[in-house]
Amino acid sequence: MTGRYVIGVDVGGTFTDIFVWDEVAGAVRTGKVPSTKEDQSQGFIQGIAAQIGDMADIATVIHGTTVGTNALLERKGAKTGLITSAGFGDVLEMRRRDRPRTWGLWGQFEPVISRDLRWEIPERTHADGTVHTAINPESVADAAAILRDTGCQAVCVFFINSYANAANEAAAAEAVRAVWPNAYVTVSTEIIPEIREFERASTAALNAYLQPVVSSYLDRLEGALAGRGADGDVLIVQSNGGVMAVETAKRFPVRTALSGPAAGVIAARSIAKAAGFENVITCDMGGTSFDVSLIADGEAALAAQTAIDFGMAVRTPMIEITTIGAGGGSIAWVDAGGILQVGPESAGSDPGPACYGLGNDRPTVTDANLVLGRINADRPIGGKLDRLDVAAAEAAIRTHIAEPLGLDPLDAAEAVLRVANAKMAGAIRLVSIERGHDPAKFAAMPFGGSGALHAGALMHDVGLGAALVPRFPGVTSALGCVVADMRHDRVQTVNRLLGDLDCAALEFEMRAVAEETEALLGRAGVGFERIDQHFELDMLYLGQTHTVAVPLSLDGPLSPDAVQKAFDSAYLRAYGRLLKAIPARVLNYRVSVTGRRPHFDMRVFAPPEGRVENCQRGTRQIRFDGADMSAPVYERLDLPEGAAIPGPALLEQPDTTIFIDPGLVGRIDRFGNITITRGDADAAD
Amino acid sequence: MSLDPVTLAVLKGRLEQIADEMDATLFRSAFNPIIAEAHDASHGIYHAETGETLVQGKSGLPIFVGVMAFGVKAVIDKAARDGGPADGDVWIFNDPYDGGTHLSDLRLVRPYFRDGQVFCWLASVGHWHDVGGNVPGNYNPAATECFQEGVLIPPVKLYDRGDYRQDVVDILMANSRLPGSAYGDLNGQINALDLGVKRMDALLGEYGDDTVAGALGELKARAAQLMRAEIAALPDGTVSAEDWLDNDGTVDRPLKVALDLTIDGDRMVMDFTRSAPSCRGPVNISRSTTIAACYVALKHVFGDVPANAGVLEPIEFRIAEGSILAAEAPKPVGGYTETILRLIDLVFQTVAQIAPERSNGCAYGTINALSIAGHRQDGRRWVMFSFFGGGHGGHPQGDGLNHGNAPISTATIPPLEILEAAYPVKFTQWALRPDSGGQGRHRGGLGAIYEIELLEEEATCFLFGDRGKFPPRGVVGGGDAAMTRFTFPRPDGPTHPPMASKIVDVPLKRGDRVRLETPGGGGYGDPADRPGEAWDHDQALGYVSRSR
Repeated sequence: MTGRYVIGVDVGGTFTDIFVWDEVAGAVRTGKVPSTKEDQSQGFIQGIAAQIGDMADIATVIHGTTVGTNALLERKGAKTGLITSAGFGDVLEMRRRDRPRTWGLWGQFEPVISRDLRWEIPERTHADGTVHTAINPESVADAAAILRDTGCQAVCVFFINSYANAANEAAAAEAVRAVWPNAYVTVSTEIIPEIREFERASTAALNAYLQPVVSSYLDRLEGALAGRGADGDVLIVQSNGGVMAVETAKRFPVRTALSGPAAGVIAARSIAKAAGFENVITCDMGGTSFDVSLIADGEAALAAQTAIDFGMAVRTPMIEITTIGAGGGSIAWVDAGGILQVGPESAGSDPGPACYGLGNDRPTVTDANLVLGRINADRPIGGKLDRLDVAAAEAAIRTHIAEPLGLDPLDAAEAVLRVANAKMAGAIRLVSIERGHDPAKFAAMPFGGSGALHAGALMHDVGLGAALVPRFPGVTSALGCVVADMRHDRVQTVNRLLGDLDCAALEFEMRAVAEETEALLGRAGVGFERIDQHFELDMLYLGQTHTVAVPLSLDGPLSPDAVQKAFDSAYLRAYGRLLKAIPARVLNYRVSVTGRRPHFDMRVFAPPEGRVENCQRGTRQIRFDGADMSAPVYERLDLPEGAAIPGPALLEQPDTTIFIDPGLVGRIDRFGNITITRGDADAAD
Repeated sequence: MSLDPVTLAVLKGRLEQIADEMDATLFRSAFNPIIAEAHDASHGIYHAETGETLVQGKSGLPIFVGVMAFGVKAVIDKAARDGGPADGDVWIFNDPYDGGTHLSDLRLVRPYFRDGQVFCWLASVGHWHDVGGNVPGNYNPAATECFQEGVLIPPVKLYDRGDYRQDVVDILMANSRLPGSAYGDLNGQINALDLGVKRMDALLGEYGDDTVAGALGELKARAAQLMRAEIAALPDGTVSAEDWLDNDGTVDRPLKVALDLTIDGDRMVMDFTRSAPSCRGPVNISRSTTIAACYVALKHVFGDVPANAGVLEPIEFRIAEGSILAAEAPKPVGGYTETILRLIDLVFQTVAQIAPERSNGCAYGTINALSIAGHRQDGRRWVMFSFFGGGHGGHPQGDGLNHGNAPISTATIPPLEILEAAYPVKFTQWALRPDSGGQGRHRGGLGAIYEIELLEEEATCFLFGDRGKFPPRGVVGGGDAAMTRFTFPRPDGPTHPPMASKIVDVPLKRGDRVRLETPGGGGYGDPADRPGEAWDHDQALGYVSRSR
């Protein structure tokens, strides 16, 4: 590798964000170009070309992509076939016998592989792993040939109980390839050898469904880069927050299902760590949604499973992101019972809030912020409009909120914000207090276009200790690409009582899997500062069905006693009481291997020198807590290190506006972040 | 005190979150899959004096949401007889005639004190795996008295001023075939109540007792207002529907349930007096369960009304004493699910006549509780018990959902791999059931076929279902769905239960297979209006085997 640039590229729905780190100069640049929806690789290349002259200077490009996510949400994956156990062709469609909503029975579901493309063949493995009926390669080959001839591009092989013995699946995959040489063959146990047939089948089917789409996209991307002389590495961000090689992404595209949002969380983690915050709650507020995730002790919380949409379960470790329908475009309304509600309906970015004047006349959260003076009508973010229509926003609030509730329009606007803030606070409580974390030890980290307007309110509602606003909240995900580590997760179902478990054999197997995974890291050709291995068991009491994660230390030899002790402490932490005399069971083991990529020095974000007074750009009248007041307006990016701005104050920059509530103080740190704390913290400084 | 609308909206969310969090705690720490996987549990906050529902979680079992208030009231009355509640008391009970549902549902009820006064009550209900009786898992279709269905616990103190009553727990455990599971579930429910207390402390500390009390009162008034607005939007008049249960499991005679629904301005009358008298077998339900079932049905039709007592204010119920819908001790009630599902079907059928755009075809209409039990080689007892799914009705927006859960629950089915790993059984089929959805402009969803083979020497099988003689109905001209069919081996070949959908003590030997085919959902709208492409599509995918 000869290049000097490490480039993060995050392709979102509206914009493609570019983050360039010049390792030689120790400098960064950021850029934004419109996303090219038809073929994301065009915007990708244009965005990079706008930043650097010679693509041969690129060392590494790291990419957070929504190609997979969008293909799933819009059902635009490839025509895919399924080869499965006789009697079980409908597992994908039957799900776990659920419905989309608790109340109301108007659900519908279409699986990504339709019933005429699901072929059953005679085969069966029992739960104990014994093969009852071996596959007949000819019947598999026949099924594969039919699927090929019907025009399928990809095929998924999924058999019942394959988690206990993958032999039949492996043999079937070989038989498929013999008649149909195809890179797009997904075998369920190669994705997750984990018990629970629907979840495994769904994850594997979605992988197959995505493979042709994601692979051809990545091929175009690599081709376009090579065509411009770039020969650096390309890495893809996974949903678990780690990156993987392009070849791995082509094989396991389902791991990119939450690639984009995961990158944002990873960036937040690094920025916060550098700024001295180990405990952070990220708050990504866009037009329609509010995404929250938790970083505790410097690590992002992972979820074992998520559903991309009703019935589309993905079971691979992913950064746990809780989404609620509360964004700048969320519509405020009064229900028939006279209760003020915000969302989940959203005006999105088109037609957008009433103040956009593009056809929506119902009030949104952004309209409330505008009417209260929090947003500068002459400086809308995003560059789409020249100015915002304050009168339209006020009319919307008056008609739909103020009059029905008998409030003054400004009071009504404040009420909209209070309800929206309460909803967001609820989402934060869900990931913090409900998981046993003390919010006072956490800082809110707002990013996205509107998050920083609400940081103070969220601190107050949830009792968070501080807020931390990064220097470029609008390109956080692209930065996350640059700082992400490389990470691979493996799982295997064990399903044995602790008393029946051969701990030495288990330890041997886990270590072997870790070594194998480490070798995969090595093949990616990326330099690491160090490699970490992490071992964990999913355990439960005999009779339970939900597991607790039990981290293991393999420093000494693994003994039943050590496992029991680790389980006790994990269970106690989760539920507060142990159950005597009930044996513990080990359901799965999990191994994760992380290659730590070279340290990125956040000091590249250091603010310019200067004087605070020179950064002020006048004042604006605002309304806060029923009182009218005047707030100074500052040019955020010009503020020097050490500047302390007491609230009320408004800090503007091209991609967001930051509101510092009365009683709070914002301070610029040496990385260009703004730390917002309560005013009474002054004495401690 | 008057409360500003904003604080009210904020407190509404905070209170619901407390109930949701109690649900989540029990789901995660419960032992038996009926709670952990099927979410057959619920939590809420109840009025200090009346026991009325103030706040319910969004994730609890829908039918419990309606019935819990009666359970809390039963405890309030009991406490009053015993000299009043004290801080730290927790009652436990399952009496189905006084605020319960059936014996498997154990309720824990705890007063929440502020300054020496009861501020509200917290309660937790969960379906335990086994509470004794004649049949493992307690779905005994042949029961003629509740004593054959399990042990009946009147409200007794599990905690007395904070002291754990080990003797009470010992009685409970001694009456279960699966005491370990029962012990685990009991602890999960205690955890959930502890958490509720902690969260209420924090909330009251932050907002003050008066403000929260004001919000609780106001929320009830708003719910009533919302429900009145929904009713007023329906045309005035009376509509009627009748439907049938196959039999009561002991006498093979159909049982009628009937609803005359009257809309009069912003009031509604739900008159069930034309329904059958109480029966010998276990499909009786108590009056409180009848009301709870109506609540669930109305919540399906009017999804926006909140989960509190205000919703029932504008509704008058007419339920005849001595009827199948007002059971008294010791009439058996174990199969209460079948009867409430039929009541929900009646609501869909009547609403379809006055507001077709708000209704849908009937869902599969039976809980299909199937259990297989026996002993392993080493003598250990095993009980596999699960509810099985079926189709949902066609609806104004499209065809019904294939293989959904019952309208009274949000239960998911355990993975078959988990069942096979835990019990000596092997599924030989787990598939959609073609031709089971009712025809219609929008077809009903498909039911399922489950075929299970025994891998141990011997076992016994039990089925408690319905819809074996009367199919799930279509609405607005839609056709009926296929009925339940259960097949089991006999020396002279496969056969079906004499009572169609209910049977006990089917002996099974190694290699024997039982086969359960579940109903689909009823159709919506005239099948003649179904587009040709939709018919072709159904045939191509094998949802329907015959052509139009």
